[in-house]
Amino acid sequence: MTANGATPLGATTPEEVAFAQDVPRGEPILEVRDLLKHFPLTKGVLFKKQVGAVKAVDGVSFDLMQGETLGIVGESGCGKSTLAKVLMNLEPATAGSVKYKGEEISRLSGAALKAVRRNIQMVFQDPYTSLNPRMTVGDIIGEPFEIHPEVAPKGDRRKAVQDLLDVVGLNPEYINRYPHQFSGGQRQRIGIARGLALKPEVIICDEPVSALDVSVQAQVINLLEKLQGEFNLSYMFIAHDLSIVRHISDRVGVMYLGRMVEIGSDLEIYEHATHPYTQALLSAVPVPDPAAREHRDRIVLTGDVPSPANPPSGCRFRTRCWKAQEKCAREDPALTVRDWLEGRARHDSACHFAGERDNLI
Amino acid sequence: MTTAADQARTAREEPFTGPLLDVKDLHVEFKTREGVAKAVNGVNYTVSAGETLAVLGESGSGKSVTAQAIMGILDMPPASIPQGEILFRGRDMLKMSKDERRRIRGQKIAMIFQDALSSLNPVLPVGYQLGEMYRKHRGDNRKDAKAKAVELMDRVRIPAAKERVNDYPHQFSGGMRQRIMIAMALALEPDLIIADEPTTALDVTVQAQVMDLLAELQAEYHMGLILITHDLGVVADVADKIAVMYAGRIVETAPVHELYARPAHPYTRGLLDSIPRLDQKGQELFAIKGLPPNLLRIPPGCAFNPRCPRAQDVCRQKVPPLEQVTADDGTPLPGRRSACFFWKETLRDG
Repeated sequence: MTANGATPLGATTPEEVAFAQDVPRGEPILEVRDLLKHFPLTKGVLFKKQVGAVKAVDGVSFDLMQGETLGIVGESGCGKSTLAKVLMNLEPATAGSVKYKGEEISRLSGAALKAVRRNIQMVFQDPYTSLNPRMTVGDIIGEPFEIHPEVAPKGDRRKAVQDLLDVVGLNPEYINRYPHQFSGGQRQRIGIARGLALKPEVIICDEPVSALDVSVQAQVINLLEKLQGEFNLSYMFIAHDLSIVRHISDRVGVMYLGRMVEIGSDLEIYEHATHPYTQALLSAVPVPDPAAREHRDRIVLTGDVPSPANPPSGCRFRTRCWKAQEKCAREDPALTVRDWLEGRARHDSACHFAGERDNLI
Repeated sequence: MTTAADQARTAREEPFTGPLLDVKDLHVEFKTREGVAKAVNGVNYTVSAGETLAVLGESGSGKSVTAQAIMGILDMPPASIPQGEILFRGRDMLKMSKDERRRIRGQKIAMIFQDALSSLNPVLPVGYQLGEMYRKHRGDNRKDAKAKAVELMDRVRIPAAKERVNDYPHQFSGGMRQRIMIAMALALEPDLIIADEPTTALDVTVQAQVMDLLAELQAEYHMGLILITHDLGVVADVADKIAVMYAGRIVETAPVHELYARPAHPYTRGLLDSIPRLDQKGQELFAIKGLPPNLLRIPPGCAFNPRCPRAQDVCRQKVPPLEQVTADDGTPLPGRRSACFFWKETLRDG
């Protein structure tokens, strides 16, 4: 899928089209390098002593290209939401760099920081708690204009809010209603309208549809895709529902315990996964097709995700991995392309023994 | 383990041959300040021993309220059951005395809830809470009850059960807590387990472990299982037959393979179509238009008619009955029913 939905030039057969789509397009709009976010664990009341740290994000690097959708998947506690907060500059990074259009975010302050923040907006998971129940829809969507008056001067605000309501498919006359008068799907549309208010370039969607009913999820996904084409937005789409992520994403990154373990185009990740964790995740997803029960090769992982305060040495997945060997405990595998892989399996994977596996989905 | 359980089972098996649970025309209403919310409007289903019935529906479809009515844990008032029967081994539980009901609940029918953390008491060790089942229902002393609790924790594969029996719920992970809930439900070897979204709060890799465990134990004890969920994927993985609910009614029932292959109700069709498919990449997803109805104002006729692509005048006037679905030559398809005037057309086009 390209930004305008057209077929890439020169690509005619479906195979060629598919391959052309593998190549990320545009310039990187966000460059993330070795990002670290540690939350200190302290002991004592008066004289607080740091006794350790929860390594929520522990060395994550990736690029977000202009106009693309990067899906981030992983289980709870893998650091995907913390990553979003650091990118939004809601939490300061412990170390590492986040560049927005080549500018280091953490070093900005004042007007420059405000400008960057305007361009990176967020849509939250729970439309029931992320909207203030005492504010009208008009006030909720118009609030960003209070902070960034340059986007919509005071006189134009009501009109701007009504336009936004229209864009997300809500009746502009609902401007004076309160959140409780809307259903979950409609509330998520309000959240999206608020995210769009400042005409951002990047929207970080943190589980935007997981609180919604199945029949409403598709409506919101369609809206997000429509808006992306209309406003040339770049999305970072965080979710645990792998089929939705596949549908919306150009590239997908898989996180485990604060690390990116595999990243590649949707085809590379879903059809040619090489990291054992990605494979386990894909095989564990319940597939809405009873016929798949028989021919699927299901990998059921043992145990739980280890604590991010005390991650295993070397590869973090080794405690649950069936391929683990002594080397995995000793050496931390780099996120890179392994020499022995071919075709679409040649993408970044953080495993010493990366290799494909059949019949996962 | 299997043989012991089997023996215990045959010893108390009563000579009853019908379905384990038979829900007949069940209605549940809630009195609210705005009026009467009709949460369940005439639900019929049966579950036999060893069978898994999945009840599929969105929030507000009445799937959980039905389960709570079966368990007898509805708050009445505000809830009331104006009509219907819930037959357990042929006897209507709604007509039983409180004491009799209480003996069935927990011993014969057990329930697993979605959120294990809020279903367990945070200030008591899990071993104590598991042992409570034996102390209250079987009159065991503390020591015996604790020993049985350890055994149960072993059976649901909680590692180092003996050391962890005195731990508190917060010391366990989400998956382990859900295992404790399963252990608690299994404690008295019930005939029927109702699992209300048992894996929704869990991560996918843990979800697979817990579902596998549940399916395995069900087969081992030959229990009936009602699995309540909104996830079409989970259903496809474990269910034998499915009942799809919408606005307090069952709109379609079918064996699992047939429901996914050829749905006979436009709502089921819509749900299946709104799952992203591989060949749809880059295209707009199919979405059922509109919103689920407000239970205070369920649309007249078929409740799905405002959202239905097939709706005609008749759908707005009459409530479609849950009819037997037949093949083209008129032979009835076993277990298949649809509450749509146009099930023939839906079946044909699907």
